Amino acid sequence: MTTILKSPLIETDTRALRAGDKVLISGSVYTARDAAHKRLAELIARGDKLPVALKGQIIYYTGPTPPAPGRPVGSAGPTTSSRMDAYTPAILSQGVLALIGKGERSAQIEESLRARGAVYLAATGGAGALLAERIIAAEPVAYPELGPEAVFRFQVDDFPAIVAIDSSGGNLYRLGRKQYRK
Amino acid sequence: MREVKATEVTRLVSTLYQNANFYLPDDVFAALKAALAKEESSQGREVLETLLENAELAAKNRVPLCQDTGIAAVFIKLGRDVHISGGSLSGAVDAGIGAAQKEGRLRASVVAGACFDRRNTGDNTPAVTHVEIIEGGAIQVTVLPKGAGSENMSRLAMLRPSDGVQGLVDFAVETVELAGASPCPPVFLGVGVGGTMDRAALLAKLALLRPAGTSNSDPELAQTEGEILDRVNALGIGPAGFGGAVTCLGVAIEEAPCHIASLPVAVNVQCNSFRRATGSI
Repeated sequence: MTTILKSPLIETDTRALRAGDKVLISGSVYTARDAAHKRLAELIARGDKLPVALKGQIIYYTGPTPPAPGRPVGSAGPTTSSRMDAYTPAILSQGVLALIGKGERSAQIEESLRARGAVYLAATGGAGALLAERIIAAEPVAYPELGPEAVFRFQVDDFPAIVAIDSSGGNLYRLGRKQYRK
Repeated sequence: MREVKATEVTRLVSTLYQNANFYLPDDVFAALKAALAKEESSQGREVLETLLENAELAAKNRVPLCQDTGIAAVFIKLGRDVHISGGSLSGAVDAGIGAAQKEGRLRASVVAGACFDRRNTGDNTPAVTHVEIIEGGAIQVTVLPKGAGSENMSRLAMLRPSDGVQGLVDFAVETVELAGASPCPPVFLGVGVGGTMDRAALLAKLALLRPAGTSNSDPELAQTEGEILDRVNALGIGPAGFGGAVTCLGVAIEEAPCHIASLPVAVNVQCNSFRRATGSI
């Protein structure tokens, strides 16, 4: 089944999702990858104000390529999520309700998602050209000196993803592998 | 002696690196298409269709197939009768990668000071360049934009000779099992066996340059490639890791002589966005 998600989200949106559900996201999405996560986690640890309010927001692990004239972004698919595992509990503590990336997460992240009622969504890795078509605006909001690792606010329209880990312990990667293992 | 200007090398490298990022090679496109018929999972087939559609769109709009436009692995076969004038070969290659980043709007994905600074170099340089001196007066250049998602899942083991072929196969399968969904399956595997630690790693990357779906000319190695492929596909990881019958689209082994006490094995994991381009001067 396909669920339409309008961002910013509320917890009842994400609590209702189950591993394997398809979603189409419209609204705001913040990009952050390794270097931005490190900085945000340091601010959170010190109790300092973040450059963006994250309550109800979606974080997309991506570092886009530069845009062609007239386009908001170049190619913008997901990067490997597990590199963000160390910082994710801190990010979720700020009220983030969905994370978009690719690949498995640690057991600790599954537990954090469950506690916060948040979800981990997978976008198709290797489809950055196609996914960028669903990004209608992009604005740098923090750390421009990090280049492709800066934080951008994207406006997305029907951005497609699939629920990889839900807030009740469902995990598409585990389920899928078990079903097709020979 | 044939004189080739460094700027000619720069121009070739830039063109190849941009084209590699925009146009998925025919053999890779064909392998993804063939996988559609083999994939049992409808979700898996949907991922494969998405990747094929992505490749068509990237080529049409000359937009990178993937946002990770790679650290540049560059392989050069330099004819010994060639003299590069007006600059060094490695300088010419790096200038080509830098030009490709700017002209092709590729991502600057390289940081200097790997341990502490990790400061972006701003133009995706330097490349990782390998030069082989060959006979003749030509220069052949192959570029392989290598994304970190799959490169990070690669592994090397110094096996004992008693571990044998079984040890090699087990290690390759275990590498893919541990990688799971992270390297953007369906993957391709380059396996380097023998030599020293460094030689095995380089052979693994060179193995990736073989056209997808071709076997090693040695029948025993060809059989071992098939065995790894079958066992990896039995893991059930599937396209994007959502479960399925197609986890790997090709295994290529390259071998070199090694020490009597050694059996080095390197497995270079390659994602579905398997980009490469070759040209010559």
